[in-house]
Amino acid sequence: MSDPQRSPKEPPEATSTATTPPGISRRGFLKGAGITAAGTALLSGVQGLSREAVASTPKGVKEFGPEPFPVTLHINDKEHALQIEPRTTLADALRIQLNMTGTKISCDRGVCSSCTVLLDRMPVNSCMTLALDTVGHQITTIEGISANEQIHPVQAAFVRHDAMQCGFCTPGMVMSCVSLLEKNPHPTEADVRYAVSGNLCRCGTYPKVFAATLDAATQPASKA
Amino acid sequence: MATATTHSVADAILIAATDSSGAATKTVSMPIGVPGYTLHDEQRTVPATEPPVLPVNKDLDYIGKSPERWDGHAKVTGRARYTADVQLPGMLYARFVNASIPHARVLSIDTSAAESHPGVKGVHVIESLLGAAVLRDPALESTKYPIVRFAGQPVAAVAATTPQAAEEAAAKVKVKYEALPFVVDANLAREPNAPLVFPGAADEAGTAGGGGSEGGIPQTGNIHGPAVHKKGDAEQGFKDADVIVDARYITQVQTHSALETHGVVADWKPEQLTVYSSTQGTASVRDEFAGYFHLPKSQVRVITEFMGGGFGAKFGAGNPGVVAATLSRKTGAPVRLMLDRQEEHLSVGNRPSSDQRLRIGAKKDGTITAIQLISFGTAGCGTGAGCSGPAANLYKWASLHTEENDVFINAGPAAAFRAPGHPQGAFALEQSIDELAARLNMDLLDLRDRIDENPVRRVQRQIVRESALWKSRNPRPNADPGPIKRGIGLSQSVWYRHLTMDAAAEVRVHKDGSVEVLSAVQDIGSGIKTVLAQILAEQFGVPPAKVSVKIGDTNYPVGPNSGGSVTTASLTPAVRDAAWQAAQKFLASVAPALHATPADLTLAGGMVRSTSDKFQPIPFRIAAGKMNTDEVSAQAKRIPDYNPGKYDTYGGVDIAEVAVDTETGRIHVKRVLAVHDCGRPINPAQVISQINGGVIQGISYTLFEHRLLDPNYGLMVNANLDKYKIAGSYEIPQIEVQLTESYIGQSSTDASGIGEAAGIISAGAAIGNAVYNATGVRIRQLPMTPAIVLAALNQPQPSMESL
Repeated sequence: MSDPQRSPKEPPEATSTATTPPGISRRGFLKGAGITAAGTALLSGVQGLSREAVASTPKGVKEFGPEPFPVTLHINDKEHALQIEPRTTLADALRIQLNMTGTKISCDRGVCSSCTVLLDRMPVNSCMTLALDTVGHQITTIEGISANEQIHPVQAAFVRHDAMQCGFCTPGMVMSCVSLLEKNPHPTEADVRYAVSGNLCRCGTYPKVFAATLDAATQPASKA
Repeated sequence: MATATTHSVADAILIAATDSSGAATKTVSMPIGVPGYTLHDEQRTVPATEPPVLPVNKDLDYIGKSPERWDGHAKVTGRARYTADVQLPGMLYARFVNASIPHARVLSIDTSAAESHPGVKGVHVIESLLGAAVLRDPALESTKYPIVRFAGQPVAAVAATTPQAAEEAAAKVKVKYEALPFVVDANLAREPNAPLVFPGAADEAGTAGGGGSEGGIPQTGNIHGPAVHKKGDAEQGFKDADVIVDARYITQVQTHSALETHGVVADWKPEQLTVYSSTQGTASVRDEFAGYFHLPKSQVRVITEFMGGGFGAKFGAGNPGVVAATLSRKTGAPVRLMLDRQEEHLSVGNRPSSDQRLRIGAKKDGTITAIQLISFGTAGCGTGAGCSGPAANLYKWASLHTEENDVFINAGPAAAFRAPGHPQGAFALEQSIDELAARLNMDLLDLRDRIDENPVRRVQRQIVRESALWKSRNPRPNADPGPIKRGIGLSQSVWYRHLTMDAAAEVRVHKDGSVEVLSAVQDIGSGIKTVLAQILAEQFGVPPAKVSVKIGDTNYPVGPNSGGSVTTASLTPAVRDAAWQAAQKFLASVAPALHATPADLTLAGGMVRSTSDKFQPIPFRIAAGKMNTDEVSAQAKRIPDYNPGKYDTYGGVDIAEVAVDTETGRIHVKRVLAVHDCGRPINPAQVISQINGGVIQGISYTLFEHRLLDPNYGLMVNANLDKYKIAGSYEIPQIEVQLTESYIGQSSTDASGIGEAAGIISAGAAIGNAVYNATGVRIRQLPMTPAIVLAALNQPQPSMESL
């Protein structure tokens, strides 16, 4: 990827191969690296990781990838078997491989929270989470919070209060607010501001997000 | 049940007549003014085919109410499919290769390593660029590849089977540059020996969203200008003045930062090019594709079911569009090209900066004798930095002299951005008007009453005057003794009744009683889907949620491009006219079964009635079953305003309460009262959402946002949302919106737009005036960061000698 932001510190030379990535960014490393020794340690005990994925090197270090290998992800109370490269983020696995596009990517850097999903009921940025690291954990996406064809009280309140405009940040906002009400059924406006402090909305819908979430907290079903 | 067709304050007075073209007309009485303040009736002569006059909102069932956003469920459940979500069988993922230096000649591009990268299906080297200014004399530059004029300019693109493969392959494209001297500082670019961004005069046309510059402007070095406008004798005006206020204002470059980046999925087939596009104008996208590839418009289909924000920057095919379509044609597969966040900051638009010197001359009674504005601003390697709109159009003056200059620098081209030029211009004008009031020892609202001729803003100022927030204002600046000082300020805004006649819709009535509306218009988040459903609901008495709204597809009748607040004002009359005509066809279709003549039948409040009481009223849905055909439909197009030229501007008044921490320099906006006019509000909840958004974007522009370019390397140093700060949940004040429902008797819906006038124009000056009220110090530079605030507080006010 050409990347003007991360260009050489020297002034441009008369001729240069300017598109060579000049350095390794933290995120590039995160997305590009295969999982080796340290990764294996992290993964020990993880359920659902296929044995075939774990190759043995001459030194006895287990290595995954960089080729795709099979994993099983537990999403919205269903098992999904898929082939992933180690560098695949949870957001890409959801959106591209599973076609669950309710989870959005906007900054792809963990700043805007458009990609918020729940990992064991905790909100996380799925663009900054490797799919591999979620093996064995419960993933809940925007597609998974409605039950019995009833939309979640937070979703219903967002509609009632018109807490959306273009709607691109809306799934992430909803997930942050759902998580808030699970932890704190009686939030104050300050609590809601804190809960969505990582969620950016460029249309400027925050006042109605605050109102909708406080209203949803008064609906019985959200206190489950 | 009161509807337009039964009774109203404004029943049509039918007078047989014709207009100059021989078409039949009728004279009707229409509500005019603001209910509760200035409401009265006026007569209008309108085409005889127009539907009956709509009464004011309180007498309607669905229009003027706030039913739920039509696509709200789709958005909160994640079912809404944006361009970024489109996946087609065999679709390839494309990535741009972007220039990493700000000014260069491309000597060679070697794509061989990229082409042999696993998964790569196509590579394209860009030989012509869209979006920037172009040389008047192209012979001044004869190069195979476009000259690189900013870091981040696309040079080539790669399409591959996965996004990762495309990204890896893009990094393998080897570009050899001959670096050229560059300039990214607009002040340095104005100097006589500055590196030249263009070797000769260059111009950029505007888009459907505005921006760009007029033709024939002189250019000296990097200075494209001045564009001079003189009305009356300003020199004499300043001689006639008792008081002259004279100040310099500086505003920064802002990026649009819509959450969905620019992008398309292009699917090139021999018989048709289909494009899914994140756009504010399906028509503009189709037209640019057709023009670029020499295709008949009928063979280009553009689809925008949902789009994730544009704010003025998303019109036309653009570089992502034409490159994706080219790669699709080359590879025979659909190609997705969505920009990443960094590219979004660098290459697809921004709000130009400004450096303004504004002089206002006035008599002792406040009458303005002269306004002079000399401005310089940079739109990067594009044009469109003019900002004289507010100075020219908000107040009455005896003379006006404006000179606007675009300064070229090696940065990405600007694009129209919500109320182009107006936040910059109002930031200066409305602070200077406050300063003028202080010099004249006049009340801020009284002065504006004297010099502002707009009747609705007069009402709005009255609402402000009576508000608790304004009443709590201490008119004495710097009145709080402690380190945290509270202040309240106001600013007005002005926008224009822009319309397009290319706004059409078809309305269908089916025998099962279902109704639908079809138009190519796109919903950019403002809620036009809901608005169209409400108009059909009012006509047929069907709840809005039951109306089928099919938009965002050029297969349907042409829709307006959503820029300049044109959508609701342009399209809703066409939709109402189509609904009315479809209803008349429906009555003709059911008349035989009801043993009545069509003229004896009316459809209102969801009931079909016989004027001669031939039968008991029948619900619409039951009556539909008696249609003598499966479907009736009508298509209508916008007709010109009934009384064009009158009421051609409108706006609002915003007041802001701030707390200024004089020890840290932090400004905290605590409360905002936004009083706004959008003609007839069709869905007040959605209008309020837009105004909240305008206010918040305006606060964000005023306090935080700043595109930073490194002068040593010519690169943007904050090209992602972690470093380019936009307002978040902690910076949102309590916002109260008051809509001044107002009627001007111009169309069958009498609606105006709100996108531009909402908040964004006046936030800067309202906050600036509030900071002055709090501290007695004027901040004339954006963004008002703590450093700038502290510098202003700790220094005497800059004098004009510094110019």
